[in-house]
Amino acid sequence: MVSPLMAILLFFLVLPVGMILIVSFWQATEFSIIPAFSFENYEFLFGSSVTFRVFMNTFKYAVVTWVFTLLIGFTVAYFLAFHVRTQRWQIALFLLCTIPFWTSNIIRMISWIPFLGRNGIANSALMSWGVTDRPLEWLLFSDFAVILAFVHLYTLFMGVPIFNTMMRIDKSLIEAARDAGANGAQILWNVIVPLTKPGIMIGTIFVITLVMGDFITVRFMSGSQSANVGRLISNDIALLAYPSAAATAIVLLCTVLIVIATLLRFVDIRKEL
Amino acid sequence: MTKLTRRNMLKGTAVAAASTTLGAPMIWAQNIKDVTLRQFGTGVSNLNEVAQKVKEDLGFTLEMTALDSDSVTQRAATQPNSFDIADIEYWICKKVWPTGNLQAMDTSKIANYDKIVGIFRDGKLTPESTIAQGTAPHTVGFTSGADGTDFVQEESGWMTLIPTIYNADTLGIRPDLIGRPISNWSELLNPEFAGKASILDISSIGIMDMAMVVESMGEYTYPDKGNMTQEEIDLTIGIFTEAKQNGQFRAFWKSFDESVNLMASGEVVIQSMWSPAITAVKSRGIPCVYQPLEEGYRSWGGGIGLSAALDGLERDAAYEYINWYLDGWVGGFLMRQGYYSAVPETSKNYMDENEWGYWFEGKEATDVITNPFGDAMAQAGEVRDGGSFEERMGAVACWNAVMDENQYMVRKWNEFIAA
Repeated sequence: MVSPLMAILLFFLVLPVGMILIVSFWQATEFSIIPAFSFENYEFLFGSSVTFRVFMNTFKYAVVTWVFTLLIGFTVAYFLAFHVRTQRWQIALFLLCTIPFWTSNIIRMISWIPFLGRNGIANSALMSWGVTDRPLEWLLFSDFAVILAFVHLYTLFMGVPIFNTMMRIDKSLIEAARDAGANGAQILWNVIVPLTKPGIMIGTIFVITLVMGDFITVRFMSGSQSANVGRLISNDIALLAYPSAAATAIVLLCTVLIVIATLLRFVDIRKEL
Repeated sequence: MTKLTRRNMLKGTAVAAASTTLGAPMIWAQNIKDVTLRQFGTGVSNLNEVAQKVKEDLGFTLEMTALDSDSVTQRAATQPNSFDIADIEYWICKKVWPTGNLQAMDTSKIANYDKIVGIFRDGKLTPESTIAQGTAPHTVGFTSGADGTDFVQEESGWMTLIPTIYNADTLGIRPDLIGRPISNWSELLNPEFAGKASILDISSIGIMDMAMVVESMGEYTYPDKGNMTQEEIDLTIGIFTEAKQNGQFRAFWKSFDESVNLMASGEVVIQSMWSPAITAVKSRGIPCVYQPLEEGYRSWGGGIGLSAALDGLERDAAYEYINWYLDGWVGGFLMRQGYYSAVPETSKNYMDENEWGYWFEGKEATDVITNPFGDAMAQAGEVRDGGSFEERMGAVACWNAVMDENQYMVRKWNEFIAA
């Protein structure tokens, strides 16, 4: 007997991933896919210095984005959970944070392009304030732009789980800490941060997987000049090299799984929930 | 089946009469209204206006699907039953034709065959022209017979594709931001434009633009730009990788809109571009020139091919459609957007003297030139960039191509993007 949940997982998760795994051993010419069993795709992938460079670039984006989303997400959640006193205001401000998400992901990303451009608002403002005397070229079509867009897009995914765990923290613990003589920083570091870990971990998993799987943000914000693993896959698909795309996808999947497994060693989410 | 009534008979006769006035071979058009032909191709000529006009003039239904060129290739090569008419480029034909998914077309059934420009027949625009490098259309335009899957170099009477649309591409520039004349492809890598140049991120076309630049810089002269060896690919992409690392490029573009935005916003002042993108920039009131260059143009051409599965009434309808296509209305429609028609002289009937003079003869516009959608393309007194048809199509240096080393090239291209 397969339970309904198992059936759904089998059909929508195991089966597709299994297919991708099988196809990753196939071969392709320009317009045909040849069922075969060959390590050629993997050999090419692991034999190419481009693969390593692109994976390192993907990690770089993931780590830097993670740092910024964590700092911003934690601060916002902390403010909402501990500084805003009434529940009504907490809900109102929380909803305010989600307003940008009423528009599409792509629109939020693309709207940065005219803003950051050579003749964009950011550059003309900086120049009129006298901060710079010529437009800053690195604002757009650069790693800076890519990470800015990632942080903008994904901070909420970090903030919400953190806010959620913070709201469950028993306020009397904080009072107890204060009564025992802890100052604000000590309370934050020794009480709130440890109790917020599960939320941080869930947010981290969201951000890491979203950034590592992305291709469209990197393409638009870097002006197609940088590559991450998602772009390698999308390029292969555009050129009908499905087996090679499948092999890259499998390597990416394994990488992300290893990262998440490592993260879960630090916090037992199930216990903490 | 439609019931045979007096009323239907009259209608049928009317359609038959209409088709004779088109000068096309007439078919007994009673059931043709029930015919639906499925056409797919790249967005350039897959226009709904054409489908509407087909319904009006010929009575049958044409379903259009627009895809990008990679998907078009894949579909033509792998799903022969999913379409009746393939609207593809000649270099795609080179890949697809050997699969046998398309059928040869009998030129004796093509009324305007003799008026098709020389580029698509013997390869020569005028008897003195030399044939450009790359996949020149006539080299993949004919096959040996009704069931041929090969290419022959003479006009055999069996065509692989009926040519429909073509143009000559070059670099687009912002004359107001550059402020001096540009006359060579090598300017794309001129350090003067560091951080302000762009090239398209579509490997099969981008590599040709790169080759034009490399040759113009005097770095190397290719025996055939359209069919490079691995060493030539390494050399070409190496030069561009170095330029990329030195910050020559602002961005790469993949879609039409991106190229328009890069140019219109001033992020980029010189880049590979397509003709309608230039128009789109100009229509925002921003100066933009499709700069003719000394080394010549990179050209492309498209045509329609019939699925091997097509026969009977559907095939008759398809021939009817092809004859109608070359009869001038579509040609005029495309030429008023800056493309060229395979049979220019019939298109002339559907353009006024000013339009014909501006688009084809390279004359000064005597009045505002508008495209079929009503947007102003040029004001009185302006001349088309590059001049007349003969000047532009006569200066083609290479055709879009598919190389023997295509897969190697694609891998190198990916490295270039990741570099």
